[in-house]
Amino acid sequence: MHFGPHLLLAALEGLVTSAVLALTALGLSLVFGVMRVVNVAHGEFFMLGAVLAWAITTSIGGHPALGFLAALVIAPLIVGAIALVAERLVLRRLNYNPEATIVATIGMLYIIQQLALTFYGPEARPVEPPFTYRILLPWFGYSGYKLSVIAASALLLVATWLVLTRTKIGLIMRATQYDSETAQAFGIPVGRVYGGVFALGAMLAAIAAVLIVPISQAHYLMGQDPLLLSFIVVIIGGLGSLRGTVVAAVLIGLSDGIISMFFSPTLAKIIATLLVAMVLVFRPQGLFGTASR
Amino acid sequence: MSEASPAKAYGLHLGAIALLFVLSFLLPEYYHGLLARIMVLAVFAMGYNMLFGYVGLLSLGHAMFFAAGLYGAGLAVIQLGWSVPAAFAAGLGCGVVLSLVIGLLALRTSGVAFMIVTMMFAQVFYLIILYFSSWTGGDQGMVVPQPARVLAFGATSLDLTNPTVRYMSALGLFSLVLLITLALVRSRYGRVLVAIRENEERTKMLGYDTFSNKLAAVVISGIVCAASGAAYALLFGYVGSSFASVQYSILPLLWVLLGGAATTLGPLIGTLFMYYVIDITSGYTSAYLLIVGIALILLVLFLPKGILGSMRQRWLGWLP
Repeated sequence: MHFGPHLLLAALEGLVTSAVLALTALGLSLVFGVMRVVNVAHGEFFMLGAVLAWAITTSIGGHPALGFLAALVIAPLIVGAIALVAERLVLRRLNYNPEATIVATIGMLYIIQQLALTFYGPEARPVEPPFTYRILLPWFGYSGYKLSVIAASALLLVATWLVLTRTKIGLIMRATQYDSETAQAFGIPVGRVYGGVFALGAMLAAIAAVLIVPISQAHYLMGQDPLLLSFIVVIIGGLGSLRGTVVAAVLIGLSDGIISMFFSPTLAKIIATLLVAMVLVFRPQGLFGTASR
Repeated sequence: MSEASPAKAYGLHLGAIALLFVLSFLLPEYYHGLLARIMVLAVFAMGYNMLFGYVGLLSLGHAMFFAAGLYGAGLAVIQLGWSVPAAFAAGLGCGVVLSLVIGLLALRTSGVAFMIVTMMFAQVFYLIILYFSSWTGGDQGMVVPQPARVLAFGATSLDLTNPTVRYMSALGLFSLVLLITLALVRSRYGRVLVAIRENEERTKMLGYDTFSNKLAAVVISGIVCAASGAAYALLFGYVGSSFASVQYSILPLLWVLLGGAATTLGPLIGTLFMYYVIDITSGYTSAYLLIVGIALILLVLFLPKGILGSMRQRWLGWLP
C-alpha cells in the first residue's frame, strides 16, 4: 500500500477511536463540570458496559443484531443505576469534597475491577458485531460497522448537546454548573441533579463501551486506557467545556491512530501524556477552554 | 492542639523503635521478614505523609519517586556493578533530581490539577521504564544477584540477604527517617509547611516564600521515598515496573490515610495494619484489591483523620 491509502486507513481508525473517546470523555467532563468531581472510576463504568454487553448478547443468542440492540439499551441502564447508588451512598455523604471524592472513586475503581475479575474472569471475550457489511474502497475494504460507530457517536453527541442547550433539564444542569447555591435558592433540587449527572456520565461511558466492544474485546482491565485518554481529552479541551471536549477527542483520536500506526504505541503514549501534563502545567484552562469559574 | 514536651515526644518515638528492635528476636521467621518489608514501605509512606499530611498536597504520582530510588539503586548494581553504598546514593540522587524537576513543574498547579499532573508524570515515568525494557527488564523486572548485595567494610562484610542483617538495616533506615521527620515537623520549617496547608494566601502575606518552601517539601518527600525504593531494591533484591504503576501511588495514600495524615507514627501504623489485613484476608480470597477499595471508601466516609489522627483529636492532644 502507498503512503496515501495508509494514511487514510490510519485516519479512519483514528476517527473510530475519537468517536468512542468523545462519548467517554463527555461523561467525565459533565461530571467534572457540574459536580466538580474527578471521577477516577469512570474507566470502570466503561469496562462494566463492555462486560455487560458480552453477558447480555451471550444470554440472548439468536441474530447478533438482536443481542447487540438489547445490550445497547440495557447495559447503560444497569451501569447508570450502579453509578446512582454509588453517588447516593458515597459521594453525597462526602459533600462532594474534591480530595475525598478522588480517594473514594479510586476505591470504587478497585472494587468494580476486582468484582469484574471475580465474576467475569481474566479472559478477553469477543462480542459479534450486529452486521458485517464491508465497504469496498479503491485501495482496501473497510468494516461498515466501524463507520456506523462513528455515525452513532456523532448522533449521540448532537443529542446530548441539544438536551443541554435546548431543554429544561439542560437548563437546570447548566444553572447548577454555573452556581449551585443560587440554583438551590431558586428551587432546583441540586442533590437530585448531581445524582442524575453522575449516572448520565457513567451511562455515556457504558454506551461508548457497548459500541466499541464488537471491535475490541471485553476485558476486566479495559477501563485503564479510556480513563487516561479521557483525562487527556478533558484537560486539553478545557475542564468542563463541552465543545472543547469533542474537538480534543477528535484531535487526540486522530493523532493516536496516526502516531501509533507509524511509531511504537508506548512511545506515542509517553509523548501524548507528557504533552498533556505540560498543557495542564502551563495552560491550565486548556487549549480551547475558557478559564474555569 | 497542645504542645508536647520534647522528652515526651522523643520518648514515644524511641520507645516505638525499641519495640521494633525487641520484636526482631521474638517474631517467628515469616513475620520477621514481613515486618522488615513493612518498615521499608513505611518509610515510603512517611515520605508521602511529608507532602500530603503536612503541606496538604495530594499527589497521585509518588510511585515515580519510589521507583526512581528502586531503579537508581538497582540499575547501578546490576548494569554498572556499583557497590551497595554507592548504589544507595545513586538511588537517592535520582530521587533528588526527579523530585526537583517534578516539583518545579507540578507546583505551578494546585488542587485537582496537581493530582492529575502528578499522576500523568508518574504514568510517563512508568511507560519510560517499559519502553527501555532492554535495560530495565520491562514488566518482568530484574533480580539483584545475591553476591552484589553484600556491604563490605574492609575485612568485615555484611550480607544484606541474611534475615537479621536485613531486619536491622530496615529498622535503621526507618528509625533515621522517623527521627528526622519528628525533628522536621517540630522545627520552624515544619510550622511554615502546616501554615501553608491551613492557608497559603495568609502565609504568603506574612512574608513567607510559599513556592520555595513547598518545593523543598517535594524534594524532601522525594528523597525519603527514593531512599525507601533504593533500600527495597538492595534488601529484597527485586526491581520491577509494577512498583512504578498507579497502584503504588495509591497505596502510600491509603496507608497514610489509615494511620492518620500529619502524624509521625501514622504511616507505620497504616502500613502495618493494611499489610496484616491483606495477609489475613488473602487466606480467604485472592481479591485483595477489593479490600483496598473498600478500606479507601470506608476511611474517607467514617474515619477521615485516620487511626492516630482520631486518637489525637479525642484523647492525646500532644501526639506529634
